Amino acid sequence: MVGPVEQIATALEPLAPFFPNGVLQYAIGGLFVGLGASIIYVGTGISAGASTFLESTLSYVSRLPRLNRPDYLATRDWRVVFTVGIVGGAAIYALTVGPGGWTTEVQWWRLLGGGVLVGVGTRLGKGCTSGHGVCGVGSGSKTSLVNVITFMAVAIGTAQLVGALGVVP
Amino acid sequence: MSAGTERHPLFMPLILVGGLVFGFGLGFSHMARPEVVLDFLQFEDLGLLFVMGGAAVLTGVTFLVVPRLRDRAPLTGDVYERRLKRFDRNVLVGGVVFGAGWGLSGICPGAAYASLGVGNWPILWAIAGMFLGAYAQGYWRSLRDSAGTEAVTAD
Repeated sequence: MVGPVEQIATALEPLAPFFPNGVLQYAIGGLFVGLGASIIYVGTGISAGASTFLESTLSYVSRLPRLNRPDYLATRDWRVVFTVGIVGGAAIYALTVGPGGWTTEVQWWRLLGGGVLVGVGTRLGKGCTSGHGVCGVGSGSKTSLVNVITFMAVAIGTAQLVGALGVVP
Repeated sequence: MSAGTERHPLFMPLILVGGLVFGFGLGFSHMARPEVVLDFLQFEDLGLLFVMGGAAVLTGVTFLVVPRLRDRAPLTGDVYERRLKRFDRNVLVGGVVFGAGWGLSGICPGAAYASLGVGNWPILWAIAGMFLGAYAQGYWRSLRDSAGTEAVTAD
Protein backbone atom coordinates (compact mmCIF):
# COMPACT_ATOMS: atom_id res chain seq x y z
CA MET A 1 0.00 0.00 0.00
CA VAL A 2 1.33 3.45 -0.98
CA GLY A 3 0.59 6.40 1.34
CA PRO A 4 0.13 10.01 0.22
CA VAL A 5 3.62 10.99 1.36
CA GLU A 6 5.20 8.27 -0.78
CA GLN A 7 3.00 9.28 -3.71
CA ILE A 8 4.19 12.88 -3.47
CA ALA A 9 7.80 11.70 -3.11
CA THR A 10 7.43 9.55 -6.23
CA ALA A 11 5.88 12.44 -8.17
CA LEU A 12 8.76 14.75 -7.22
CA GLU A 13 11.45 12.15 -8.00
CA PRO A 14 12.28 13.54 -11.49
CA LEU A 15 13.09 16.93 -9.92
CA ALA A 16 15.68 15.49 -7.54
CA PRO A 17 18.71 15.98 -9.85
CA PHE A 18 18.02 19.73 -9.81
CA PHE A 19 18.23 19.81 -6.00
CA PRO A 20 21.46 17.95 -5.14
CA ASN A 21 21.58 19.66 -1.72
CA GLY A 22 17.86 19.43 -0.99
CA VAL A 23 15.76 22.51 -0.34
CA LEU A 24 15.70 22.78 3.47
CA GLN A 25 18.84 24.90 4.03
CA TYR A 26 17.72 27.24 1.26
CA ALA A 27 14.14 27.59 2.50
CA ILE A 28 15.17 28.08 6.15
CA GLY A 29 17.78 30.67 5.13
CA GLY A 30 15.17 32.46 3.04
CA LEU A 31 12.74 32.52 5.96
CA PHE A 32 15.43 34.16 8.14
CA VAL A 33 16.02 36.77 5.41
CA GLY A 34 12.27 37.43 5.32
CA LEU A 35 12.15 37.54 9.13
CA GLY A 36 14.92 40.18 9.21
CA ALA A 37 13.05 42.33 6.66
CA SER A 38 9.81 41.79 8.60
CA ILE A 39 11.32 42.83 11.95
CA ILE A 40 12.42 46.14 10.43
CA TYR A 41 9.08 46.64 8.67
CA VAL A 42 6.95 45.95 11.74
CA GLY A 43 9.01 48.25 13.96
CA THR A 44 9.66 51.11 11.54
CA GLY A 45 7.49 50.73 8.42
CA ILE A 46 10.69 50.67 6.32
CA SER A 47 11.04 48.26 3.36
CA ALA A 48 14.70 47.44 3.76
CA GLY A 49 16.88 46.97 0.69
CA ALA A 50 20.59 46.34 0.74
CA SER A 51 21.77 48.34 -2.28
CA THR A 52 20.74 51.93 -1.41
CA PHE A 53 23.52 51.66 1.20
CA LEU A 54 26.02 52.03 -1.67
CA GLU A 55 24.77 55.45 -2.76
CA SER A 56 23.79 56.76 0.68
CA THR A 57 27.21 55.84 2.11
CA LEU A 58 28.99 57.55 -0.80
CA SER A 59 27.29 60.77 0.35
CA TYR A 60 29.70 60.80 3.33
CA VAL A 61 32.65 61.27 0.97
CA SER A 62 31.20 62.76 -2.22
CA ARG A 63 29.46 66.05 -2.93
CA LEU A 64 27.76 64.85 -6.10
CA PRO A 65 24.17 66.14 -5.95
CA ARG A 66 22.78 62.79 -7.08
CA LEU A 67 24.43 61.02 -4.13
CA ASN A 68 23.29 63.69 -1.65
CA ARG A 69 19.53 63.49 -2.16
CA PRO A 70 17.63 64.37 1.03
CA ASP A 71 16.30 60.81 1.39
CA TYR A 72 19.88 59.45 1.32
CA LEU A 73 21.10 61.97 3.90
CA ALA A 74 18.14 61.13 6.14
CA THR A 75 18.66 57.36 5.93
CA ARG A 76 22.41 56.90 5.50
CA ASP A 77 23.12 56.35 9.21
CA TRP A 78 20.65 53.50 9.73
CA ARG A 79 21.67 51.96 6.38
CA VAL A 80 25.23 51.67 7.75
CA VAL A 81 23.82 50.01 10.89
CA PHE A 82 21.71 47.63 8.76
CA THR A 83 24.77 46.65 6.72
CA VAL A 84 26.91 46.17 9.85
CA GLY A 85 24.09 43.91 11.07
CA ILE A 86 24.19 41.85 7.86
CA VAL A 87 27.98 41.41 8.16
CA GLY A 88 27.62 40.49 11.86
CA GLY A 89 24.71 38.11 11.31
CA ALA A 90 26.64 36.19 8.67
CA ALA A 91 29.66 36.06 10.99
CA ILE A 92 27.44 34.63 13.76
CA TYR A 93 26.19 32.01 11.28
CA ALA A 94 29.71 31.05 10.23
CA LEU A 95 30.93 30.75 13.82
CA THR A 96 27.92 28.81 15.17
CA VAL A 97 25.91 26.47 12.93
CA GLY A 98 27.94 27.21 9.79
CA PRO A 99 31.17 25.69 8.49
CA GLY A 100 33.37 28.51 9.81
CA GLY A 101 35.09 30.90 7.42
CA TRP A 102 35.72 30.19 3.76
CA THR A 103 36.87 32.14 0.71
CA THR A 104 35.51 32.04 -2.82
CA GLU A 105 37.39 30.54 -5.75
CA VAL A 106 35.62 32.83 -8.24
CA GLN A 107 38.26 34.92 -9.99
CA TRP A 108 38.86 38.51 -8.89
CA TRP A 109 38.09 40.06 -12.27
CA ARG A 110 34.66 38.41 -12.33
CA LEU A 111 33.93 39.78 -8.85
CA LEU A 112 35.18 43.28 -9.70
CA GLY A 113 33.60 43.51 -13.17
CA GLY A 114 30.34 41.94 -12.01
CA GLY A 115 30.34 44.22 -8.97
CA VAL A 116 30.60 47.34 -11.15
CA LEU A 117 27.66 46.18 -13.30
CA VAL A 118 25.65 45.28 -10.18
CA GLY A 119 26.38 48.75 -8.74
CA VAL A 120 25.23 50.53 -11.91
CA GLY A 121 22.25 48.24 -12.49
CA THR A 122 20.81 48.29 -9.00
CA ARG A 123 20.88 52.11 -8.87
CA LEU A 124 19.45 52.48 -12.37
CA GLY A 125 16.77 49.86 -11.75
CA LYS A 126 15.79 51.19 -8.29
CA GLY A 127 16.60 48.07 -6.32
CA CYS A 128 18.33 44.73 -6.05
CA THR A 129 17.67 41.17 -4.98
CA SER A 130 16.43 42.28 -1.54
CA GLY A 131 14.62 45.53 -2.41
CA HIS A 132 12.88 44.24 -5.55
CA GLY A 133 13.23 40.49 -5.04
CA VAL A 134 12.06 40.26 -1.43
CA CYS A 135 10.26 43.45 -0.34
CA GLY A 136 8.98 44.44 -3.81
CA VAL A 137 7.76 40.99 -4.82
CA GLY A 138 6.40 40.56 -1.28
CA SER A 139 4.43 43.77 -1.85
CA GLY A 140 2.98 42.37 -5.06
CA SER A 141 4.68 45.17 -7.03
CA LYS A 142 4.52 44.68 -10.81
CA THR A 143 7.55 46.95 -11.26
CA SER A 144 9.58 44.68 -8.97
CA LEU A 145 8.32 41.51 -10.62
CA VAL A 146 9.32 42.80 -14.08
CA ASN A 147 12.74 43.83 -12.73
CA VAL A 148 13.32 40.43 -11.10
CA ILE A 149 12.27 38.46 -14.19
CA THR A 150 14.55 40.66 -16.31
CA PHE A 151 17.67 40.34 -14.14
CA MET A 152 17.04 36.64 -13.57
CA ALA A 153 16.84 35.92 -17.33
CA VAL A 154 19.94 38.00 -18.15
CA ALA A 155 21.90 36.51 -15.22
CA ILE A 156 21.09 32.96 -16.37
CA GLY A 157 22.21 33.82 -19.92
CA THR A 158 25.41 35.50 -18.70
CA ALA A 159 26.41 32.71 -16.30
CA GLN A 160 25.75 30.05 -18.96
CA LEU A 161 27.74 32.01 -21.53
CA VAL A 162 30.72 32.55 -19.22
CA GLY A 163 30.58 28.86 -18.28
CA ALA A 164 30.43 27.83 -21.94
CA LEU A 165 33.51 29.96 -22.64
CA GLY A 166 35.37 27.71 -20.22
CA VAL A 167 35.83 30.18 -17.37
CA VAL A 168 35.92 28.12 -14.16
CA PRO A 169 35.05 29.25 -11.67
CA MET B 1 11.10 59.63 8.24
CA SER B 2 11.87 61.54 11.40
CA ALA B 3 15.21 63.31 11.77
CA GLY B 4 18.08 61.75 13.70
CA THR B 5 17.53 63.74 16.89
CA GLU B 6 13.87 62.74 17.24
CA ARG B 7 14.37 59.04 16.64
CA HIS B 8 12.99 56.51 19.06
CA PRO B 9 15.81 55.11 21.25
CA LEU B 10 15.01 51.59 20.03
CA PHE B 11 15.15 52.55 16.32
CA MET B 12 18.84 51.77 15.72
CA PRO B 13 18.87 48.64 17.94
CA LEU B 14 15.91 47.26 15.98
CA ILE B 15 17.58 48.00 12.63
CA LEU B 16 20.68 46.20 13.91
CA VAL B 17 18.68 43.16 15.06
CA GLY B 18 16.84 43.06 11.70
CA GLY B 19 20.19 43.24 9.91
CA LEU B 20 21.67 40.48 12.06
CA VAL B 21 18.76 38.12 11.31
CA PHE B 22 18.86 39.11 7.62
CA GLY B 23 22.61 38.43 7.42
CA PHE B 24 22.30 35.16 9.36
CA GLY B 25 19.72 34.05 6.77
CA LEU B 26 21.96 35.02 3.83
CA GLY B 27 24.76 32.97 5.38
CA PHE B 28 22.52 30.01 6.20
CA SER B 29 21.00 30.00 2.69
CA HIS B 30 24.48 29.85 1.07
CA MET B 31 23.50 32.85 -1.07
CA ALA B 32 26.61 34.59 0.26
CA ARG B 33 28.69 32.07 -1.73
CA PRO B 34 29.17 33.10 -5.40
CA GLU B 35 29.73 29.47 -6.44
CA VAL B 36 26.24 28.52 -5.20
CA VAL B 37 24.62 31.40 -7.11
CA LEU B 38 26.54 30.47 -10.28
CA ASP B 39 25.46 26.81 -9.89
CA PHE B 40 21.88 28.02 -9.61
CA LEU B 41 22.14 30.20 -12.72
CA GLN B 42 23.60 27.23 -14.64
CA PHE B 43 20.72 24.98 -13.49
CA GLU B 44 22.97 22.70 -11.46
CA ASP B 45 21.22 23.41 -8.14
CA LEU B 46 17.89 25.21 -8.20
CA GLY B 47 17.64 25.39 -4.40
CA LEU B 48 18.19 29.15 -4.46
CA LEU B 49 14.63 29.54 -5.72
CA PHE B 50 13.56 28.67 -2.19
CA VAL B 51 15.68 31.45 -0.69
CA MET B 52 14.02 34.29 -2.55
CA GLY B 53 10.71 32.40 -2.43
CA GLY B 54 10.81 31.82 1.32
CA ALA B 55 11.91 35.39 1.99
CA ALA B 56 9.31 36.95 -0.34
CA VAL B 57 6.45 34.81 1.02
CA LEU B 58 7.21 35.62 4.67
CA THR B 59 7.71 39.32 3.87
CA GLY B 60 4.53 39.27 1.78
CA VAL B 61 2.50 37.90 4.71
CA THR B 62 3.99 40.56 7.02
CA PHE B 63 3.26 43.36 4.54
CA LEU B 64 -0.30 42.05 4.17
CA VAL B 65 -1.20 41.39 7.80
CA VAL B 66 0.57 44.12 9.81
CA PRO B 67 -1.14 47.15 8.15
CA ARG B 68 -4.51 45.58 9.04
CA LEU B 69 -3.59 45.26 12.70
CA ARG B 70 -2.29 48.79 13.20
CA ASP B 71 -1.91 52.02 11.22
CA ARG B 72 1.53 53.27 12.15
CA ALA B 73 4.91 51.77 12.95
CA PRO B 74 5.69 52.14 16.69
CA LEU B 75 9.28 53.37 16.35
CA THR B 76 8.82 55.96 13.57
CA GLY B 77 5.12 56.82 13.55
CA ASP B 78 5.22 56.20 9.80
CA VAL B 79 2.19 54.76 8.03
CA TYR B 80 2.69 51.17 6.85
CA GLU B 81 3.04 51.11 3.08
CA ARG B 82 3.92 48.49 0.52
CA ARG B 83 7.10 48.79 -1.51
CA LEU B 84 5.76 50.06 -4.81
CA LYS B 85 8.05 51.86 -7.23
CA ARG B 86 7.06 53.62 -10.41
CA PHE B 87 7.77 51.68 -13.59
CA ASP B 88 9.88 53.26 -16.31
CA ARG B 89 12.43 52.21 -18.89
CA ASN B 90 15.25 52.35 -16.32
CA VAL B 91 13.68 49.48 -14.37
CA LEU B 92 14.27 47.30 -17.44
CA VAL B 93 17.69 48.70 -18.38
CA GLY B 94 18.80 48.48 -14.74
CA GLY B 95 17.54 44.92 -14.55
CA VAL B 96 19.56 43.95 -17.63
CA VAL B 97 22.78 45.56 -16.30
CA PHE B 98 22.23 44.10 -12.81
CA GLY B 99 21.57 40.66 -14.30
CA ALA B 100 24.76 40.76 -16.37
CA GLY B 101 26.73 41.67 -13.24
CA TRP B 102 25.04 39.05 -11.05
CA GLY B 103 25.57 36.38 -13.73
CA LEU B 104 29.25 37.31 -14.14
CA SER B 105 30.12 37.50 -10.43
CA GLY B 106 27.47 35.41 -8.67
CA ILE B 107 27.06 38.05 -5.99
CA CYS B 108 24.49 40.76 -5.15
CA PRO B 109 24.80 43.60 -2.60
CA GLY B 110 23.20 42.03 0.51
CA ALA B 111 24.91 38.69 -0.09
CA ALA B 112 28.25 40.49 -0.59
CA TYR B 113 28.04 42.14 2.85
CA ALA B 114 27.11 38.77 4.36
CA SER B 115 29.98 37.10 2.50
CA LEU B 116 32.40 39.55 4.11
CA GLY B 117 31.02 38.52 7.52
CA VAL B 118 31.86 34.90 6.77
CA GLY B 119 35.46 35.96 6.24
CA ASN B 120 35.39 35.74 2.46
CA TRP B 121 37.81 38.63 1.92
CA PRO B 122 38.07 38.32 -1.91
CA ILE B 123 34.46 39.56 -1.98
CA LEU B 124 35.97 43.03 -1.32
CA TRP B 125 36.67 43.06 -5.09
CA ALA B 126 32.92 42.86 -5.68
CA ILE B 127 32.02 45.40 -2.97
CA ALA B 128 34.61 47.83 -4.37
CA GLY B 129 33.10 47.28 -7.81
CA MET B 130 29.59 47.97 -6.49
CA PHE B 131 30.67 51.28 -4.92
CA LEU B 132 32.46 52.16 -8.17
CA GLY B 133 29.37 51.34 -10.23
CA ALA B 134 27.03 53.25 -7.90
CA TYR B 135 29.39 56.24 -8.01
CA ALA B 136 29.64 56.12 -11.82
CA GLN B 137 25.86 56.00 -12.08
CA GLY B 138 25.50 58.90 -9.60
CA TYR B 139 28.14 60.90 -11.46
CA TRP B 140 26.42 60.37 -14.79
CA ARG B 141 23.00 61.22 -13.35
CA SER B 142 24.36 64.37 -11.67
CA LEU B 143 25.85 65.54 -14.97
CA ARG B 144 22.62 64.86 -16.80
CA ASP B 145 20.47 66.50 -14.12
CA SER B 146 22.56 69.70 -14.08
CA ALA B 147 22.60 69.78 -17.88
CA GLY B 148 18.81 69.52 -17.75
CA THR B 149 18.26 72.33 -15.22
CA GLU B 150 20.66 74.71 -16.96
CA ALA B 151 18.99 73.91 -20.26
CA VAL B 152 22.36 73.12 -21.78
CA THR B 153 22.06 70.86 -24.80
CA ALA B 154 25.35 69.08 -24.31
CA ASP B 155 24.26 65.79 -25.79
